[in-house]
Amino acid sequence: MDTKAHNEMVPKIRLRGLAKAFGEKKVLDGVDLDIRAGHGMVILGGSGSGKSVTIKCILGLIQPDAGTIEVDGRDILAMPRRERDELNDRIGMLFQNGALFDSLPVWENVCFKLLAQKRITRAKARDKAAEVLAQVGLAASVGDLSPAELSGGMQKRVGLARAIAAQPDIIFFDEPTTGLDPIMGAVIDGLIVDVVKRLGATAVSITHDMASARRIGDDAAMLHKGKIVWRGPAATLGDTGNAMVDQFARGERDGPIQMELRR
Amino acid sequence: MDLVLNPVAAVGRGVLSACRTVGAVALFALQGLSHLVRPPFYGRLFLRHLVEIAYFSLPVVALTAIFTGMVLALQSYTGFARFNAEGAVANVVVLSITRELGPVIAALMVAGRIGAAFAAEIGTMRVTDQIDALTTLSTNPMKYLVTPRLLAGVVALPFLVVVADVLGVMGGWLIGTTKLGFASLSYLKATMDFLQTMDVVSGLVKASVFGFVITLMGCWCGYNSKGGAQGVGAATTAAVVSSSILILALDYVLTEMFFAR
Ligand SMILES: Nc1ncnc2c1ncn2[C@@H]1O[C@H](COP(=O)(O)OP(=O)(O)O)[C@@H](O)[C@H]1O
Ligand SMILES: [Mg+2]
Repeated sequence: MDTKAHNEMVPKIRLRGLAKAFGEKKVLDGVDLDIRAGHGMVILGGSGSGKSVTIKCILGLIQPDAGTIEVDGRDILAMPRRERDELNDRIGMLFQNGALFDSLPVWENVCFKLLAQKRITRAKARDKAAEVLAQVGLAASVGDLSPAELSGGMQKRVGLARAIAAQPDIIFFDEPTTGLDPIMGAVIDGLIVDVVKRLGATAVSITHDMASARRIGDDAAMLHKGKIVWRGPAATLGDTGNAMVDQFARGERDGPIQMELRR
Repeated sequence: MDLVLNPVAAVGRGVLSACRTVGAVALFALQGLSHLVRPPFYGRLFLRHLVEIAYFSLPVVALTAIFTGMVLALQSYTGFARFNAEGAVANVVVLSITRELGPVIAALMVAGRIGAAFAAEIGTMRVTDQIDALTTLSTNPMKYLVTPRLLAGVVALPFLVVVADVLGVMGGWLIGTTKLGFASLSYLKATMDFLQTMDVVSGLVKASVFGFVITLMGCWCGYNSKGGAQGVGAATTAAVVSSSILILALDYVLTEMFFAR
């Protein structure tokens, strides 16, 4: 068996029976999901359906109550600390609200992981930051600003630059286009597709935005009431034949998904 | 309601939750300290926090110490005049300042400034996912955020207390010489003759402990804050209140340890 075929068979990330409750509230209730290596996976779902919690479990930021998470066929929940850290070194994350460090200038944000891993010196970090900022369409001079001085779109791009600077092979994007105007959203999507292709990385994105989902996803999966209720090619979104997904994709009020307006 | 219906259960719950909190804070402190001996070390951050605590707290600590010394001179004069022992003013001032008021006043001031600032900064980082971001960027948040702050607190407070001691004594001297009719040199001589090493040392030990408590509570409240701006506000208040109470409670414990020494 050649490596390529093997890679196709073993998913990059495999979730089985992932469960997490906060107090009484079951957020994840047995999530099963395979994410193919080198492909873009888009996770859809209503607000508060546990999309962020799912990727925080994979990142090790939240400890799931039950289930397994495998990366490259290895159970990361059972991994020793050191291996887990090494795996973490190869993962990038763009947080929903950027989560830029406001006490540091942009260049230090961008090179934070490279500096933490001692892969570059502080003296070289500014130039490196300029290089990465250029990849997300920002001028080198942005590097000297503080994150608070940036617009929403620029913050997203700096967040993206920070997520890719250490050349990860898995990248998570939590709502990369939420809160941006449609054109800036398309720009960010374009950047994401570019960098993911260039790094040959596996990309896992969360989004509510169907146009964005079709642009950045090869595969899509829908999370509803703590479970994956559908998965299929992202290109078919809006016309999948699954009533729930189609309702969500078309943004219709009536359908199988009833929003709980009162709790 | 609970309190009326079942006071025992309510008290029990309160005690249990207090124990849980104390245990959690202790674990947090141990974890923070354990990173002191494990690389990487964030010297740059330590220095930044040291300056933030020691240098930028100087004005408040200096002012409060001077006024405290001045008040102390007046009040002890009033008291001692009643049994014709006015001469002891210099001794009482230096003893109270070095053993007690220097450390406590400086610590309370720093608790207001630094405890609040640390809780607000770390709390904001928590609610905006910056602490999670640290983890994804190959950085241990305890090591990066907490350890340098704890160390800076332990080092900075004794420095501030030395300043407070000197200025507090000076405040007493100012009032003693200008209002109470002491001769300048004899006041200072009385001060120096009376002062013992242990007075200063016990004050500095207190200062270090207070510095640890202030930074610990600031970090802990911030680290565990949740729920947006309101949560950060609550964390800030909790940090200042809890460290102020702990300072006064520990002051008693430490004073008893150093009693008559
Ligand atoms: N750390 C936490 N503590 C308590 N509840 C949480 C926590 N994180 C998420 N939740 C809850 O889990 C649910 C799912 O959150 P999340 O995954 O952020 O939603 P989304 O799908 O919009 O990203 C929400 O109801 C949220 O309140
Ligand atoms: Mg989310």
